[in-house]
Amino acid sequence: MSSNAKEMKKVLFGPILDSNPIALQILGICSALAVTTKLETALVMSAALTFVTAFSNLFISLIRNQIPSSVRIIIQMTIIASLVILVDQVLKAYSYEVSKQLSVFVGLIITNCIVMGRAEAYAMKSPPTMSFLDGIGNGLGYSFVLIVIGTIKELGGFGTLLGYEILPLVQNGGWYQGNGLLILPFSSFFLIGGLIWFIRTIRPEQVEPKE
Amino acid sequence: MSARKETLGRTVGIVVAVCLACSIVVSTAAVGLRSLQTANAQLDKQTNVLEAAGLLDKAAGDIAGTYDEFVEERYVDLESGQYVEVPEDFDMFKYAKDDEYQVRPKPDTAKVFRHSKVVSVYHIKNEAGDVTRLVLEVYGSGLWNLMYGLLAVDADGNTVRSLIYYDQKETPGLGGEVQNPAWKALWDGKKLFKDGDVAIQLKKNASADNPHTVDALSGATLTSNGVQASLDYWLSDRALGNFLANKPWLKS
Repeated sequence: MSSNAKEMKKVLFGPILDSNPIALQILGICSALAVTTKLETALVMSAALTFVTAFSNLFISLIRNQIPSSVRIIIQMTIIASLVILVDQVLKAYSYEVSKQLSVFVGLIITNCIVMGRAEAYAMKSPPTMSFLDGIGNGLGYSFVLIVIGTIKELGGFGTLLGYEILPLVQNGGWYQGNGLLILPFSSFFLIGGLIWFIRTIRPEQVEPKE
Repeated sequence: MSARKETLGRTVGIVVAVCLACSIVVSTAAVGLRSLQTANAQLDKQTNVLEAAGLLDKAAGDIAGTYDEFVEERYVDLESGQYVEVPEDFDMFKYAKDDEYQVRPKPDTAKVFRHSKVVSVYHIKNEAGDVTRLVLEVYGSGLWNLMYGLLAVDADGNTVRSLIYYDQKETPGLGGEVQNPAWKALWDGKKLFKDGDVAIQLKKNASADNPHTVDALSGATLTSNGVQASLDYWLSDRALGNFLANKPWLKS
């Protein structure tokens, strides 16, 4: 029983630092670049992706013994796509402002490598509970990176956090000159690179051996 | 994997079952949430109009109520500059694709590509029911994409109260500063026309005393050019110029 609980904990929290989907597996970079300019969009995107990964893992795992292997990718895509549309519709209904800012990126969760990768690599082989936890875990790993990057970008670029002014900008009569680079999507490349460096410094076992 | 799973009939059966289950979930969500979504889109539009009209503070959260009380949406035929009746489902952006309503400006100075020949104009009324302000739709291309704005003018059809961009994709920090409150405040009190011609200009180092010039956005020449071009186009005789010259809102 205790080994089971240990396993669950590993599946749930492992992806945050030890096998982070963005930092170690370098998956899902595209959306991490685009939606992190403001912390709020990063948070909503994280929640949306965690939801989709968790439930697609759960449903795929539930029917994993029924899925014919010749069409398994298509069936996974169908389930993932339905969940994504569901999230998109709910966001439009209950959080219209945020859904306007996220625009196409919610839809693009369908093509997010993390969701597909976990479905194919984990949910197809594992029982439903563990798959569900694995989905939440990887969603948390993705969220961790998005929140760190989003915080740095919004604070550095706009001087705000979640829209609240922290560093008053020169334009509004304050002293802080916003960093224009941090506002642009590609600055996430540097930040994610720096984060990977940091994680590999405290977890040296993640460094690939020299060839 | 066992061979039993791979028969054609079984494969087709599983695929159909999964698709059916998924489509039921998706369509239930789409139909069930539609009314909330349209209400949201409408509320968003009303919020933008109230912001342009300067009524957002007064509304204090009651967007729909304030909108119903003080705003009246009218439809203007650009050619005659007079009010016209429109079909129930009229939307100036959707009808821009309708053959009967479509206009393709030539030359397309504001790069709008096409627009409807009938457009929405929002009348802002005071408690007595007199028109105090007009909110006009002005849009045109900026640097990256179309910028959709609302221009609020006084009942003289000449004095600007505000210009807000409610949908734009300009570079944040540069062209995106069209949404900066400090820049938006520059528009208050400016005059659009001089001797019947469009005179409003975005200029470098514009003086605050000149009623016809507004300081252009620094570091965003193409966005400023876009704002200038869309105002030039929409205020000209080819668009809302006739309406602003006729002033039909004063007669009714």
